[in-house]
Amino acid sequence: MDHLAAIDTGPGQRARRLQEPAPTMMKPLRQAAGLLALVGALLLPLPGAASSVAVQDPGGAGGAVAGTDDAAISALLQQVAAADYAQKRELIGQLAQTADPRVRPVLAAWLDGSLVARAADGHLYLSEPDGAQLRDALSGVRVAAAAVGETAPVDLNNLLRKTLRVALAQFDLADPSAAVRRAAVKEMLRVPEPAVLAALRARAPHETDPAVQAELASGLALADLDSPDVDKRLAAVAVLKGDLNPEVYNRLSEMVKTSADGTPSEPDARVRAAAAGALRAIDSARTIYAGVQTLVFGLSQGSILVLAAIGLAITFGVMGVINMAHGELMMLGAYATYVVQQLMPGHIGASIIVAIPVAFLVSGLVGVAIERGIVRHLYGRPLETLLATFGVSLLLQQAVRDIFSANNRSVVTPEWLAGSLEVNEALSITYNHLYIIVFTFAVFGLLQLVLRRTRFGLEVRAVSQNRAMAKAMGISTEWIDAMTFGMGSGIAGVAGVALSQITNVGPNLGQSYIIDSFMVVVFGGVGNLWGTLIGGNALGVVNKLLEPFSGAVLAKIFVLVFLILFIQRRPRGLFPQKGRAAEG
Amino acid sequence: MQALRAAFARDPGGSWFLAVLAAGFVLVPLLYLAVPDGSGLHLSGYTVTLLAKYMSYAILAIAVDLVWGYCGILSLGHGAFFALGGYAMGMYLMREIGARGVYGDPLLPDFMVFLNWKELPWFWYGFDHFGFALLMVVLVPGLLALVFGYFAFRARVSGVYLSIITQALTYALMLAFFRNDMGFGGNNGFTDFKDIAGFPLQEPRTRAVLFLLTALALGGSFVLCRFIVRSRAGRVIQAVRDAESRARFLGYRVENYKLWMFVLSAVLAGIAGALYVPQIGIINPSEFSPANSIEIVIWVAIGGRSTLYGAAAGAVFVNYAKTYFTAVLPSFWLYALGTLFIVVTLFLPRGIVGAIAALRQRRAKA
Repeated sequence: MDHLAAIDTGPGQRARRLQEPAPTMMKPLRQAAGLLALVGALLLPLPGAASSVAVQDPGGAGGAVAGTDDAAISALLQQVAAADYAQKRELIGQLAQTADPRVRPVLAAWLDGSLVARAADGHLYLSEPDGAQLRDALSGVRVAAAAVGETAPVDLNNLLRKTLRVALAQFDLADPSAAVRRAAVKEMLRVPEPAVLAALRARAPHETDPAVQAELASGLALADLDSPDVDKRLAAVAVLKGDLNPEVYNRLSEMVKTSADGTPSEPDARVRAAAAGALRAIDSARTIYAGVQTLVFGLSQGSILVLAAIGLAITFGVMGVINMAHGELMMLGAYATYVVQQLMPGHIGASIIVAIPVAFLVSGLVGVAIERGIVRHLYGRPLETLLATFGVSLLLQQAVRDIFSANNRSVVTPEWLAGSLEVNEALSITYNHLYIIVFTFAVFGLLQLVLRRTRFGLEVRAVSQNRAMAKAMGISTEWIDAMTFGMGSGIAGVAGVALSQITNVGPNLGQSYIIDSFMVVVFGGVGNLWGTLIGGNALGVVNKLLEPFSGAVLAKIFVLVFLILFIQRRPRGLFPQKGRAAEG
Repeated sequence: MQALRAAFARDPGGSWFLAVLAAGFVLVPLLYLAVPDGSGLHLSGYTVTLLAKYMSYAILAIAVDLVWGYCGILSLGHGAFFALGGYAMGMYLMREIGARGVYGDPLLPDFMVFLNWKELPWFWYGFDHFGFALLMVVLVPGLLALVFGYFAFRARVSGVYLSIITQALTYALMLAFFRNDMGFGGNNGFTDFKDIAGFPLQEPRTRAVLFLLTALALGGSFVLCRFIVRSRAGRVIQAVRDAESRARFLGYRVENYKLWMFVLSAVLAGIAGALYVPQIGIINPSEFSPANSIEIVIWVAIGGRSTLYGAAAGAVFVNYAKTYFTAVLPSFWLYALGTLFIVVTLFLPRGIVGAIAALRQRRAKA
């Protein structure tokens, strides 16, 4: 049994392993330390005697070398079980000050309730999850639970939890990982007691990571706002200028307030003025970040519209075919994602990537079938095409209802799509918002590439501009029609993959997007893919800008009414086609 | 009478339609009220209401046929006018409930009490008068069509663009009526009506009268539309449908003709909605859903567009099939409807009426 490993795998210990010297060297030392600790525990001095223990060398990672340390620590540990809450707090402080790496797992175990004390003499053990074995708190030596005798968990209350968290954070301040250090600083700043602040101040000059430095500086400045020294307060306000932490904002706005009897809460006028200035700076920074956030959300919503509309822009815009089943082709794409996930349950992260080509193929093939079976017979009769494809949409909906049931299917969001990008306290953007923008632009770019740079794209454009001439040049217009329709439908399927990540996958998924998609295409200008891109994003942003004032539904209604009016003013959309193509 | 005979002289289908309607007008109330319950000839209240529902749909179909069949305007938003007429009637019926609601508030309808509203919104004033409500049934859809059509036709929005914005119109209205703060009962709409103009709605005689009124309205709309399409203006309208630019160059104000047809059609749809609501007993925002409006178009397409009676027959036929299949084979119905859309547009461009006419012609030749 390797008790070194046992020590290292305590809760929250992974990071600490890095600090440990090579295990082979440590093993005998540890065993010796364990023995010494045992002896120390047996020859325990009276409680209270240990409080005279001096602060240990903070760099003493190799605490096992000095036997006196062990004695002191184990003496402290021995008192824990019997102490009352106030004494326990004191003991935690003292234990934290030893800065001995072996103390941290004990405190962590205490916090999560796995620290137990032997009923007989209060000796501390860490309980293992299975309950059959215990580890000696200091040495980590494993003992069978039966051999130890009766134990009881070391009790704790909320105040102790807080103290423990701060104590743990003090250990983490010297952690090699900047993220751990940053979290530790945040944790400690929640309890701005003098001892804690002193520890932070001591740490500040050694800190190298800029993010942690900033965190430390603003936390210490926040504490300095209470300083009796005017210059210190002034300096603190200067540091806090532009800090987006809500706590900073609250403190600064308190400083500029005056109490009921007219005396300002901050006695010094210069500090007051500086605080007011800092507040203004924070306000304007917040406004900017809020604007950025609205813009990103708007672009993301617009990208969804663009994604839904882009396939339609091809079938409607380039081919002049109204495809009311377009929404159902998106629905098929979303269901394809669902099926792919069902087929590869172990690889949710990869399933989304796999689903993209699958959805493209499924929807594309259905699209080709629709074109060959129905649309081809109705060229030149747009209203009839509209009705017939609406019939197709009903068939597809009902088919999906019969195959997958009418209930929504749950498509899992892979981990790499979840979470959010925290730029700062005022600005955090969820990843799926960002990815959808990127994805839309990628799809759009790829489509442009196909249309502009390939033979197929050339032929598509030729047919859409002058069908008869294209035919005369030897282009098989029938084949191009089918392929163009298939491509538009396939892109609808790809849009469905994206939609499966942000909305419910059910038989009605398509219906909710079809009208919006049509509006985007018409708004942008039929036959103009760039118009679709710009129009969709503009509508998304406008929608998000309206939302705070009117609520989501009303914003949507406003946008629809605006579009209805807009089309009546400019029936050819934002970017009408000019020249010969316009007469199509 | 002379004019009526002239109007239907060369329209055997229309004459048949009126004859069947007249027979129904006489027979249905008779079989409902006079024939005792146990008799095999007795019609139940359910059947009468169902027939009245089909007839109000038939009015709606005639309204759509007027603009689509004769004017070439494919409106995918006529459900909105129907629903607005229905809501106007529904508001009257809600006020009629008075203190008999669940919360017993003499002034506010139940849903407003539930939402903790203290006052009646201004747009509910006047709806306690039956006459005012009837006026609104005509005015609200008519005005909406006037404003919408004025801008749309003046800007020469036509074809699929017009279809799309009419669809957006009804979609926007649906979203709006789903909101509770609009003051139209939100999601649930209006229901639990008690009586109309003092007559209890559950009473068989009231039902019979409503049925008769619906039949009258259907006959009236049919005759009116028939007159219009046979009139000089009607011929201009058809010229606009077939060659808009040419009609314009001949000096006709194309927009005006289209606009007035559109408004008339919207008013008819509103009346149909107003007749529908008291008999069915509920109106809610789903009536605005775009799919509903497209379904109306398929009634017309199946029956046969630009015949008027074909549209009415299509509405009855499709809705009868819907009632039957949704009861017997619920999942089959959408397949059937979807297939109907495809088959009719591909193989029956002139609908059932056109197919029968073609058959007869072929037989006459043979």
